[in-house]
Amino acid sequence: MSSTIVDSAAEFDVRAYLRMEMMPHFLCPGCGHGIALRALLWAIHELAIDKDKLAVVSGIGCAGRLSAYIDANTFHVTHGRPLAYATGLALARPDLHVVVITGDGDCLAIGGNHLIHACRRNLKLTCLMLNNEVYGMTGGQVSPTTSETRLTTTTPLGNSEPNFDACALAAAAGASFVGREVTHHVPKLKELIKAGLAHPGFAFVEVLSDCTEIYGRKNDLGSSAEMVLRQKSELRPSAYRDTVDTPFRSNVLPTGVLSKSDRPEYGNAYRKAAAAQRAGAAAKAAAASAKGKR
Amino acid sequence: MNAVDKALAPKGAVRLISGNHACALGAVAAGCRFFAGYPITPSSEVAERLSRLLPEVDGVFVQMEDEIASIAAVIGASMGGVKSLTATSGPGFSLKQENIGYAAGAEIPCVIVNVMRGGPSTGMPTRPSQADIMQSRWGSHGDYPMIVLAPASVREIYTETLRAFDLAETLRTPVVLLYDQVIAQLTETVALDDTGTGVRAERLWASGPREAYRPYAADAGGIPAMSRPGAGYRVHTTGLTHAENGFPTQNPEAVARNLGRLFTKFERHRDAIDSWEEIGCEDADVLAVAIGISARAATRAIDIARAKGVRLGLFRPITLWPFPEAALRSAVGNARAVLVPEMNAGQLSLEVERILGGKRVHGMHRYDGEPIAPDDIASRAGALAKRETTT
Repeated sequence: MSSTIVDSAAEFDVRAYLRMEMMPHFLCPGCGHGIALRALLWAIHELAIDKDKLAVVSGIGCAGRLSAYIDANTFHVTHGRPLAYATGLALARPDLHVVVITGDGDCLAIGGNHLIHACRRNLKLTCLMLNNEVYGMTGGQVSPTTSETRLTTTTPLGNSEPNFDACALAAAAGASFVGREVTHHVPKLKELIKAGLAHPGFAFVEVLSDCTEIYGRKNDLGSSAEMVLRQKSELRPSAYRDTVDTPFRSNVLPTGVLSKSDRPEYGNAYRKAAAAQRAGAAAKAAAASAKGKR
Repeated sequence: MNAVDKALAPKGAVRLISGNHACALGAVAAGCRFFAGYPITPSSEVAERLSRLLPEVDGVFVQMEDEIASIAAVIGASMGGVKSLTATSGPGFSLKQENIGYAAGAEIPCVIVNVMRGGPSTGMPTRPSQADIMQSRWGSHGDYPMIVLAPASVREIYTETLRAFDLAETLRTPVVLLYDQVIAQLTETVALDDTGTGVRAERLWASGPREAYRPYAADAGGIPAMSRPGAGYRVHTTGLTHAENGFPTQNPEAVARNLGRLFTKFERHRDAIDSWEEIGCEDADVLAVAIGISARAATRAIDIARAKGVRLGLFRPITLWPFPEAALRSAVGNARAVLVPEMNAGQLSLEVERILGGKRVHGMHRYDGEPIAPDDIASRAGALAKRETTT
């Protein structure tokens, strides 16, 4: 079969990484997920990752449907479990580059346990969590990241639950790479995903992505263009501010690489220990056999 | 010599091992190279043994954060092309059901050990039961095919573990290995030299050009070839109802075609799937139908009953699902009564009643955590023989 590595120096053409036969895609007009998908594929292009060696595991929800559009080995699994499936796949096949695409509900609610343990375990995986603050696929219910006071189909009085800061959560659970970016800054988003993909351990990347049709409309947040601009004004991604040290999100969000460490990657550590065990057993057997000959 | 060879050597050696230990040895001999699990009584010894055995054969053992993650990791590893196993007991088996349905629907081979303990809920963790007979077949939502194997001895756990992997791989399906706490933690002397641990069956892998490959298109056998990530096929796998090309569809024709194939895909392979044992069925007046430790008790009961002139026989399904129904119909012969001793409130008896339609099926149920005793089966058989003679 011909090589599937695209020349990274060549100009990025998103179509080289998409299953064009799947177009038109099913995302709503104004949805930020397409921007995030493009940024991911751009990062994959620049890192010259072989599509044949790329495995994308996704959960259920709008974010979960993205894997079907990527020309790679793609696995659309059960709700909340993509990190657990990806853990098995990456441990069994260390030669593959495994990327998880998940949403805020998939990753932080039903899949929350898998997230914190994936962060702790530090297996080489890139987890891209697209945060649109809502369960879009099921019609707009409140999620663990819905901002306070927001209206959803299950918070008709306005959301009164505090929302998670997913990055603070991931960092506290031990993720060795944590970053956040908004869909407003596409080249910056691409660079962050690239850094996550290149990271040798577990990388958690949160992408703030607008749900215009359901969440935006319900909360009177304006057109999709106005919503994207709000990412720059109201959310004030900074660069300009210190990291928030609470597990709940404030309206001012730090972006970029938020934490990074070089603690040992789990798969390598396991394989190293196993190889040492095998070598020890072989040496013991050889010694026993030599003794027998005397 | 690795730990597995060591465990099986010297050839012909008689070893004293537990059922869970035999399962771990059988898995490695079957080519299993990935295990993910979560601690649960009374199956944890399978995990403990494999945590030592798998690194010796360049395999991977991982203890996951919960039962759901364990089955998910197992399916993930199998999607990567590696033979994979998990082991659990009732509460964990319940938690795994959604993802077992995923494996059945997306046709991902894997083996799930369920060591049955008393239920419902947390139940009796250290006491046996056989109350997951129906759950093992019908536990996940929606219609799907399932293979469940029910070994009744330590040696048979070993041989059925081998067969579980062969069936899972060649038929692209999850296979449940279902045995009770007694068989799991019983230690028996077994010889494992003549169990056929040689070359095992392998998955049908995709070949030919990518353009011609359709992930869920099957030949007459009904089993589609699977593609290994990295082999250039770059396919999509989903739990959504999919067409032959692997992509989601709600087109009625495409849905009916793929699900129709899925639901009937075992039919042409029943020779390899069906397995049962018959003891004294030829002249039986009373036929017992039982699995696991209840079948062991019934085997002993045959001698006790026959010494008293009661002709008792046993039909023991080794493949529990799909139930070997043609074999049961033939084995029942002229038996006047059918007795189903089982450690639950009545599950296997429902299937036996369905198969033998019209025949009187007498359930013998015990759910207090104690196995059914041979004497009890023999005396119940005696009473049935007498009653059926006098009426």
